[in-house]
Amino acid sequence: MNMIVCIKQVIDPEAPPASFKIDSAGNKVVPPQGVSPVIDPYAEYGVEAALKLKDALGGKITAISLGTNQLRDIVKKPLAMGADELILLEDEAFDGGDSWSTAYALAMAIKKIGEYDIIFCGREASDWNAGQVGSGIAEILELPSITLAKKIDITDGKAKVERVTDEGYEVIEISLPCLITVSNEIGEPRYPTIKGIMAAKKKEATVWKPADIGVEPSQIGAAGRHTKLLKLFQPVREGKCEIIEGESPEEAAANLALKLREAKIL
Amino acid sequence: MAEYKGVMIFGEAAEGKLATITTELLGCGRKLADDLGQELSAVLVGSGIGNLAQEAIAFGADKVYVVDDPLLKDYQTDAYLSVMEKVVGQAMPQVLLMGQTSIGRDLAPKLAFRLKTAASLGCLELAIDPQSKRLLQTKPVYGGNAQVVFVTESFPQIATVRAKAMAPLEPDQSRKGEVIKIDAALEPSAIRTKVLEKIPEEVEGIKLEDAEVVISGGRGIGSAEGFAQLEELAKMLKGAVGATRPPCDNGWVPAGAQIGLTGKIVTPDLYIAVALSGSSQHMSGCSGAKAIVAINKDPEANIFREARFGIVGDWKKALPAFTEKLKELLAG
Repeated sequence: MNMIVCIKQVIDPEAPPASFKIDSAGNKVVPPQGVSPVIDPYAEYGVEAALKLKDALGGKITAISLGTNQLRDIVKKPLAMGADELILLEDEAFDGGDSWSTAYALAMAIKKIGEYDIIFCGREASDWNAGQVGSGIAEILELPSITLAKKIDITDGKAKVERVTDEGYEVIEISLPCLITVSNEIGEPRYPTIKGIMAAKKKEATVWKPADIGVEPSQIGAAGRHTKLLKLFQPVREGKCEIIEGESPEEAAANLALKLREAKIL
Repeated sequence: MAEYKGVMIFGEAAEGKLATITTELLGCGRKLADDLGQELSAVLVGSGIGNLAQEAIAFGADKVYVVDDPLLKDYQTDAYLSVMEKVVGQAMPQVLLMGQTSIGRDLAPKLAFRLKTAASLGCLELAIDPQSKRLLQTKPVYGGNAQVVFVTESFPQIATVRAKAMAPLEPDQSRKGEVIKIDAALEPSAIRTKVLEKIPEEVEGIKLEDAEVVISGGRGIGSAEGFAQLEELAKMLKGAVGATRPPCDNGWVPAGAQIGLTGKIVTPDLYIAVALSGSSQHMSGCSGAKAIVAINKDPEANIFREARFGIVGDWKKALPAFTEKLKELLAG
């Protein structure tokens, strides 16, 4: 199995909501002080999905990440988890993209990699929550795709995939090569082992520039956008919570029940 | 060259009727079409769905495109994509709306890339800019910590809409509209997937999305046994139990109980949040509740910024006393 996983470095989505700040004039998010970036958690499920198949069938996993200022200790995590290679699309020209420009650059890089059976992506990234890059790559590369898989089995050169739906799940057979997106339903990503971390330290990431993947600067990053961002803002919260007191938690709870009756909520 | 004109919504069926999200899309689409002074159309794709056309008209559509074919019985990306490419090519809408459902989330981005336009997924608000007449697409980003307004500079402008973000119109059975049949003309060999089986999630009692009272637990509940206590309160209040992501990942509750940006969206009259911190990610799924009540031992927890009433204390002590007192009050 030759597998490719698209990953991304993001602001830690687990950082406390109070630390989240935006620069509204620049329509930009201000990275929180003292909070280290992480690999996008959705993408990490993609790495885990690929590792599960590698455990069962063997094969090779190439992680690919697009961005600027990618901290090596952060983006090497898939290698530490068990992936074999890391390719970084790293250039200022890739900056400020939307789903279009990002999917296009990733698709062209994947074309250059050439051989693959399955491409994995997170269902969306935890920063822009666009949920389109995976589908976009599939469309550009003319591949069949399945979004939101929770289990993947390979038999007779085809994948049997359990896809999460609003009603439950469905079992779909899909021809290879294909693209699959995943989220938490695939199972907790494994922790890197000490051995894995040591091996990852020794490996160098391959860096590709726009010219390496044959794309024009006008097709990528901010120049390649199909959407215009008019405004980024933080919704206003009312934040008027009435704390119900009591001598003990039990008494406070009883007072809360009375309060809800009084306020005709119950 | 023909001009892109009108608003189109992609309809979905549920149990032989229009899905709730579809009636919501029709309500929203009607307003956008009126603001543009243009027509609202609906597309119905499936097998044996032609009878829903009149219902779509009653809910606000001027025109309904029906693509009825046995090959469209189950949703499959390749088949639906090919059909929608054809429908959009014929109808040429300026705006195309879909539900943020397992179909819409899959289909909208694929269609946007195929048509060389763009989509915004999971929109909370849609409006027509009075000057440019473009669709203003407002959606949560950064796990609900912020929102953005996007504009698409090509046609059709595609957006998916979250459940319960829009209100349906009162259906008017006397409304008249036009029904147009379109031949799917599918090549079975072009469909690269096959649906082998569909396994519905089993729901005991009231569905989360329909419940008027939701009792939700977080990581702090600690076990499946802990959730049994939430279940007891839910039963008494004829409500349903929800959860943040960790309890689902740990198997304390079924995956279908997850509420949040990547889970279900609920809008109950009362949302009781027990031992959950109130991350933006989770609040995206319940901030539409009429009243939120929080029980949490951390007075700094974000949930107290969202709740109307709260108790600072250990849920293990507070919840049984709360349940007991309510039982007494409701009986009296």
